[in-house]
Amino acid sequence: MIRTIHADRIADCVAELCVEACTVLPKQVRALLGEARHNEPYAPARESLALVCENCKIAEQSRIPICQDTGMTVVIAEVGQDVHIEGGTLEDAVNRGVRRGYTEGYLRKSVVRGPFDRVNTGDNTPAALHVRLVAGDRLKLTVAPKGFGSENMSRLTMLTPADGMRGVKTFVLETVRLAGANPCPPVILGVGIGGTFEQAAMLAKEALIELREGDHPDPVIDALEKELLDEINRTGIGPQGYGGLTTALAVRIKTAPTHIAGLPVAVNVGCHATRRAEAYL
Amino acid sequence: MAKHIASPVDPAIIPQLKAGDSVLLSGVVYTARDAAHARMLETIKNGEALPIDIRGQTIFYAGPTPAPPGRVSGAIGPTTSFRMDAFTPALLERGLQAIIGKGDRGAEVIRAIKQAGAVYFTAPAGCAAYLSKCVKSVEAVAYEDLGTESIKRLTVHDLPLMVAVDCEGNDIYELGPQAWLSGS
Repeated sequence: MIRTIHADRIADCVAELCVEACTVLPKQVRALLGEARHNEPYAPARESLALVCENCKIAEQSRIPICQDTGMTVVIAEVGQDVHIEGGTLEDAVNRGVRRGYTEGYLRKSVVRGPFDRVNTGDNTPAALHVRLVAGDRLKLTVAPKGFGSENMSRLTMLTPADGMRGVKTFVLETVRLAGANPCPPVILGVGIGGTFEQAAMLAKEALIELREGDHPDPVIDALEKELLDEINRTGIGPQGYGGLTTALAVRIKTAPTHIAGLPVAVNVGCHATRRAEAYL
Repeated sequence: MAKHIASPVDPAIIPQLKAGDSVLLSGVVYTARDAAHARMLETIKNGEALPIDIRGQTIFYAGPTPAPPGRVSGAIGPTTSFRMDAFTPALLERGLQAIIGKGDRGAEVIRAIKQAGAVYFTAPAGCAAYLSKCVKSVEAVAYEDLGTESIKRLTVHDLPLMVAVDCEGNDIYELGPQAWLSGS
């Protein structure tokens, strides 16, 4: 059976998710911040983390953005293959939702129409839309506004198979060191390993947005995530870059099959306000 | 204890501000970020007058969200400072006294801060709902076509900052992590 969803419903949903994502930090991220604050041994760093937690409360209560950088709007649409969209295209509906969410929700318009002319589009469109066709008759929308303090610190490299796990570790740690205080630590890292050039980047983005709860199903990758988090938290960068234990809150890895000649690695850096809101239609 | 200081910052107190000091800043600051800096530098190159007199003033690298009805300011906080590094020495040479941003600065900017007897503060990043409560007035004064990137004159009260680079060139982004790592 084909299920019909009107484009207006998609636009309405995206508009609401934009405001929610920018004002209410996911419970999971708040829990990670709370835990980090509890475990942070360096007093100045503990104060920085307390301020970050206090800011989240004010944002939620007053419905004003957690961060003034309300980001470029990453939207992931998982479309059931038994869904029919009427009344316009999915892309138009998503952009209408972003336009309304950012305008009526008093969010910052941070998108320019071209990399060189730098003219602000005035409504935060276009969204960075990723569409996946999945089983079923539902449509899942995930809105993940991405600030560029952290996005600018993200990196991708094409390692060789001989570089192996050691090469991956070196690259991830180098990325964190180069980023320093710029991506608003404590950071969250999404790491994509394998696939092609563009797949590695997308895996990193998905790992960051999905922020899997619980252990990685592959024990080798699970151990790698834990080892990286431990190493990152030995760099001393700390919250706000003022020094301390808590440089990262979490590391999440996604892997994919790759070519006999390659080992692509992408690191998508997220700030302490790694935001996301989702809904099903 | 945080020191209460006024903005514009009195040059006489600059030597007392040390990297790592907490301060609560009250008074007038001007927002300017990437696009406004690019325009200001173009203006300087053309030998024209800047749209604001920056002598003795404080620039805050910030682009706030729009203020909802009933509020003075939307969310506001520092943006990454190093993107302004290419423009900063020229502004310091022309009398800029203080900067508010986040993240470390290049060696050339640190040298220029020392030479000018200026100070670089950082504001807590990603705490924009909290900081919005410190803003008492907002007025766009130049480059209004840039939207969030326009130059705005803000009056702030007790803006919680840290001295990141002092007039001797000491840098919290080196000293802070060193202090933590050496103590542990």
